[in-house]
Amino acid sequence: MSTTVATKNPSPAPSAAQRPRRSLLGQVLARPELGAAAAAIVIALFFLASAPAFRSLAAVSTVLYASSTIGIVAVGVALLMIGGEFDLSSGVAVTTSALTAAITSYQLSLNVWVGVLVSLVVALAIGFVNGWLVMRTGIPSFLVTLSTFFVLQGVNLGVTKLLTGTVATANISDMDGFASARAVFAGTLSLGPLNLKITVLWWAVFTVVATWVLLRTRVGNWIFAVGGNQASARAVGVPVRKVKIGLFMGVAFLAWFLGMHLLFAFSTVQSGVGVGNEFVYIIAAVVGGALLTGGYGSAVGSAIGAIIFGMTTQGIVYAGWDPNWFKTFLGVMLLLAVLVNLYIKNVAARRV
Amino acid sequence: MRISKTLRLAALGVVGAMALAACSSSGGAQENTSNDDGTAAAPAAGGKSYTIAMVTHEQAGDSFWDKIRAGAEASAKAHGIDLKYSNDPDGAKQATLIQNAVDSKVDGIATTMATPDSVGPAAQAAIAAGIPVVAFNSGISDYSKYGVTMYFGSDEDLAGQTVGEKIKAEGGTKTLCVIQAQGSVALDARCNGVTKTAGNTEVLYVNGEDLTSVQSTLQAKLQQDTAISDIVTLGAPIAMTALQAKADAGSQAKIITFDLNADAAQAIQDGKIEFSVDQQPYVQGYMAVTALWLNLSNGNDIGGGKPVLTGPSIVDSSNIGPIVQYAKNNTR
Repeated sequence: MSTTVATKNPSPAPSAAQRPRRSLLGQVLARPELGAAAAAIVIALFFLASAPAFRSLAAVSTVLYASSTIGIVAVGVALLMIGGEFDLSSGVAVTTSALTAAITSYQLSLNVWVGVLVSLVVALAIGFVNGWLVMRTGIPSFLVTLSTFFVLQGVNLGVTKLLTGTVATANISDMDGFASARAVFAGTLSLGPLNLKITVLWWAVFTVVATWVLLRTRVGNWIFAVGGNQASARAVGVPVRKVKIGLFMGVAFLAWFLGMHLLFAFSTVQSGVGVGNEFVYIIAAVVGGALLTGGYGSAVGSAIGAIIFGMTTQGIVYAGWDPNWFKTFLGVMLLLAVLVNLYIKNVAARRV
Repeated sequence: MRISKTLRLAALGVVGAMALAACSSSGGAQENTSNDDGTAAAPAAGGKSYTIAMVTHEQAGDSFWDKIRAGAEASAKAHGIDLKYSNDPDGAKQATLIQNAVDSKVDGIATTMATPDSVGPAAQAAIAAGIPVVAFNSGISDYSKYGVTMYFGSDEDLAGQTVGEKIKAEGGTKTLCVIQAQGSVALDARCNGVTKTAGNTEVLYVNGEDLTSVQSTLQAKLQQDTAISDIVTLGAPIAMTALQAKADAGSQAKIITFDLNADAAQAIQDGKIEFSVDQQPYVQGYMAVTALWLNLSNGNDIGGGKPVLTGPSIVDSSNIGPIVQYAKNNTR
């Protein structure tokens, strides 16, 4: 598997020159996100045709917002999956980050930015522990992060109740630094008629940075290598441990970022939320072309996967369909997206 | 080991930031120390101390359930009761928890009956084993089928109808009823009640576990259907999110909610939320435990075979005054 994977990645590795030349079209078709992009276009056209409200600029900004809250974490999850690992704790880690920031700043009456920084450290520590445990014990990341998922769920409830006396944090919107933190994490950009949530911008930034890291840096090659075949990656001198721990910390960082958005958008956090979202992030990465087995995928793909998810959930509402069937529509749309994705990939494989 | 070095640096940075950061001059816990709960431990009345199990379908970490628990614990404290609380949103597992309580020979059981088919038989078995059972919060139409004699809660259908009537009286033309947990019998009953009296009502399902998705789904709905004149949310956190979605979508719809929390109480006072239908969860928890205590220690049977209604209590700008503080104290 690793050998085929390695040749699929258009990387600046020296071996690239020795590979048989592909046509430009072949190169484009071999990109992991192409199938997802085609599926996204099909879904967009479908909703544009069937839901009149979907055609407005306001709808565009709502869909992008919904997608960004999935896509921000999905970028990290996609990179981690390319590196061959899973993180089931990311959904709850978002809530942990938001709770940490809210409780720290409220209980100590500090500027909210202090809470933001403390929660960043906590989030990175969670990511580090996940990665370190996976590397140290050799237990599959699925199990390690499943444990973290439960631990964090309990900690979220227990600590919040212990420190605040209730299961939700106090409203911190009247505290120092809240306005500036809200502007950074939950602001709105007015671009003429389009009111764009700032998370959309951050999401784009994270996707671009992740794409650059994957395709233009040595670390990017390492990520593909450890996901393709860990043993041979180690044999050729890739620092497997550091790469994987770093990937887990990357997911934790993005979970923290979304947690900050959650906190500053809603001013309080209930400690029980976030469960189940880890799968949404994984779905976005997979729909976007990342392989469940590692070694293949892209950051842009995860962004397109998030857009597909966001468009589908919002599109159903814009179309005004019977809400009892909501989940069914969602399931069928996602399956169609993956099928289109697969079809394009097969066509691409034949062209190359 | 570069990572640990980076971590150490980061930790140092935070310590520095904490040292540099000025204390928040507004808000925070230091300002709110005055309202400590002044519940002094009351002496247990009567000689015997009872053990009571409370088994609910709570989805952990929801502030609504925290109020039920706060009420139950206040009653337990007042009457010297040893309260054993357990919960599971899965009906079958909740039934097992009731069986656990029976096995550990508690003196009484208070349970919710959100899924009567699975919880009911377990309650029946407890009664057969000689343990008194009271139902609360949900199961109003089913509790008596299983031999449970007392019920404390709101009639969801009636509460919904009250909301619908008020909407109609205020001239509402189209109502959006937002359900945050698809498949919940109680929440469906509320929206059905609203539909009965308000007329033109549409139900929207959102994922209450994820407020960002609630916000975007609501916003999408408000953009799609500009005819919506009233939004009914079935939980206080959802109402707060609806306020934002309304602002972002530029909608003029009025917001009505079920339940309260500190923020929603404030929003009612500020006139942002029209009114709230409070089923008074604190009272539900308090009454369920107290009723068992009265039954065990004094043979009482409250309600005379009929449900005891804890709601709907309508909270609006006319009576919100002291309730804002009660909501902050986690008792309203």
